[in-house]
Amino acid sequence: MKLLLVGESRDGRLPGEVLELFGFADVLGAETSMVLVGSPDVLPLFSGRLYLADIRLYGEYNPEVHKRLVLKAIDQERPDAVVFLHSSYGWDLAPRVAAAMKVAQVSAVTGIDGEGFTVDSCNGKMRRTVKPSTSSFVLTLQPGAFPALRISGIPEIIPIDADQATRVEYIGSRKPEAGVDLSRATVIVSAGRGIGKQEHLDLVRDLASVLGGEIGASRPVVDAGWLQRSLQVGTTGQTVSPELYVACGISGAIQHVAGMRGAGFVLAVNTDRDAPIGDVADLLVVADIVQFLPALTSRIKAWQASGF
Amino acid sequence: MNILVCIKQVPDPGGRFMPNAAATWFDDAGLVFRMNDCDEYAVEEALRLKELLGGTPEVTVLSVGPMRVVETIRKALAMGCDRGVHIDDPEASERDPWQIASMIAGHAMNRTYDLIFTGMQSEDRGSAQVGVLVAEKLGVSCVSGIMAFEWSDHSVTVERELEGGIRGIARLKSPALLTCQQGLNIPRYPTLPNIMKSKKKEISVLRPEEVGVDASLSSVAGFRHHERKNAGRILEGEVGQIADQVVAMLDAKTKVLRRGGAR
Ligand SMILES: Cc1cc2nc3c(=O)[nH]c(=O)nc-3n(C[C@H](O)[C@H](O)[C@H](O)COP(=O)(O)OP(=O)(O)OC[C@H]3O[C@@H](n4cnc5c(N)ncnc54)[C@H](O)[C@@H]3O)c2cc1C
Ligand SMILES: Nc1ncnc2c1ncn2[C@@H]1O[C@H](COP(=O)(O)O)[C@@H](O)[C@H]1O
Repeated sequence: MKLLLVGESRDGRLPGEVLELFGFADVLGAETSMVLVGSPDVLPLFSGRLYLADIRLYGEYNPEVHKRLVLKAIDQERPDAVVFLHSSYGWDLAPRVAAAMKVAQVSAVTGIDGEGFTVDSCNGKMRRTVKPSTSSFVLTLQPGAFPALRISGIPEIIPIDADQATRVEYIGSRKPEAGVDLSRATVIVSAGRGIGKQEHLDLVRDLASVLGGEIGASRPVVDAGWLQRSLQVGTTGQTVSPELYVACGISGAIQHVAGMRGAGFVLAVNTDRDAPIGDVADLLVVADIVQFLPALTSRIKAWQASGF
Repeated sequence: MNILVCIKQVPDPGGRFMPNAAATWFDDAGLVFRMNDCDEYAVEEALRLKELLGGTPEVTVLSVGPMRVVETIRKALAMGCDRGVHIDDPEASERDPWQIASMIAGHAMNRTYDLIFTGMQSEDRGSAQVGVLVAEKLGVSCVSGIMAFEWSDHSVTVERELEGGIRGIARLKSPALLTCQQGLNIPRYPTLPNIMKSKKKEISVLRPEEVGVDASLSSVAGFRHHERKNAGRILEGEVGQIADQVVAMLDAKTKVLRRGGAR
């Protein structure tokens, strides 16, 4: 099997997840080459062909032009599969490449299952195996699903170029507003959509307060405007590693879990026994937060008052 | 000006999922269906633009699926969309993203939509493909995962969300397709008068053959429950008793209680 891995640059650097592309290739025992719009000064280390386009010329986000560049590499390499990360770069570019090739794409792959690929379904509660029927195909890999493989070697560089005409003009980027830094908190109590309404945030705050912790949130809570964006935990929010993480009414979507996987002890409170948060929880309490959180808060207060 | 919004009907994730007999997808029985999360943001953004432009744009909402999806089209009409298109396809759940995109593009091909809004990804399939594929099939420019949208005389400025919450800013011209990420806006609830009005709005029904369906490029098997990786403990029952057990466990496994409320 011959894979063309599609690397990516973020803020002038190669993100660590690029190593997961190599990890995936290793699991398959595949021959690999890579295509990258990147800086000639920051190259991935592996021994194989590296189709390289200079980021100073082609930019970090320029999907129409990057598509042409990737297709050039495909033309020369003729891989069995073209493999992206399921990142903001990959999910945007992969379907464009698949459409140009008229081949199947399997998105957010988390595993290999015979001749098919495992992917999550229904907000992570179910999964399925998708098998491409076309002779070559496109994949995007769910970040965190495959081991990062640090390899060495010096790639053989093959410069590529493409027409730079584009209808999508990239203007620049904007950093998120600074807020509370949750990365050093020892206790985080996070509110999810399951808290039901904004007023119930008080229950979450009360628990955070007796534990001397900070409050965090899953994305829908922030989207609804109940808490500030800087408190969001996950791939598009903060990455945290507290000693205790309490997930209140959070289902455990892969993008949320990616931000709190490093927690020491995870307590989840959820009415749904099958919620995927159970995968990462050391303790799953099957209960309604409205009843359970006040009960827990008052028990902790009593325990602390008793002088341990 | 014409705007198209593509919406998918998905099962509420709180339900109990059972694979169908062929294990290619879930069995509908017992599930509650609603509009895909991202798609509500797509509907809202189209309606905001319509209002901004003094109500002149016509907003069409389209869904591919079996009869039950009409209910979700009705919700979008009650939010304020002008007309509905139902591509009535009982087989929709067996189709791959390429096929769904071919039907949507087949419809859009013969219209002149200045803008198309879709969700970034569906909650049940989660492929994040259909929107971008439609754009490629129609040959219109496209940006995925937008978190901000601004319109100024056929020029569109969007912010797309990158890892770590960074926003990339891009500009493009209509015709364009934008895939919407959660948090783009705050979707409205249908009001009673709008619900009443929506009952009179037209929903055109098309068969897949009328819009054209490509052959599939992939197949699905082994639709199944997610197997638990972790042998964490599960506590159920009376909340007071559970709370006591949780306190004991937190004391045994962590130091957080002993540190107490001291920040
Ligand atoms: C590109 C991308 C990036 C993303 N980035 C992030 C990110 O950084 N962070 C993030 O969090 N998400 C992110 N998401 C969204 C993510 O996919 C999920 O949609 C989100 O995490 C779900 O939040 P939730 O668990 O609060 O809500 P839901 O999934 O709706 O879950 C609510 C849970 O609450 C439970 N519940 C309901 N009522 C009660 C009750 N009374 N008591 C107790 N439990 C109850 C339910 O059983 C359910 O499990 C991203 C998505 C995408 C596509
Ligand atoms: N059956 C469908 N009918 C209408 N729109 C759809 C359908 N399936 C997907 N879409 C649109 O495409 C987006 C991405 O879906 P997906 O590729 O399945 O993740 C969704 O958010 C919808 O806007």
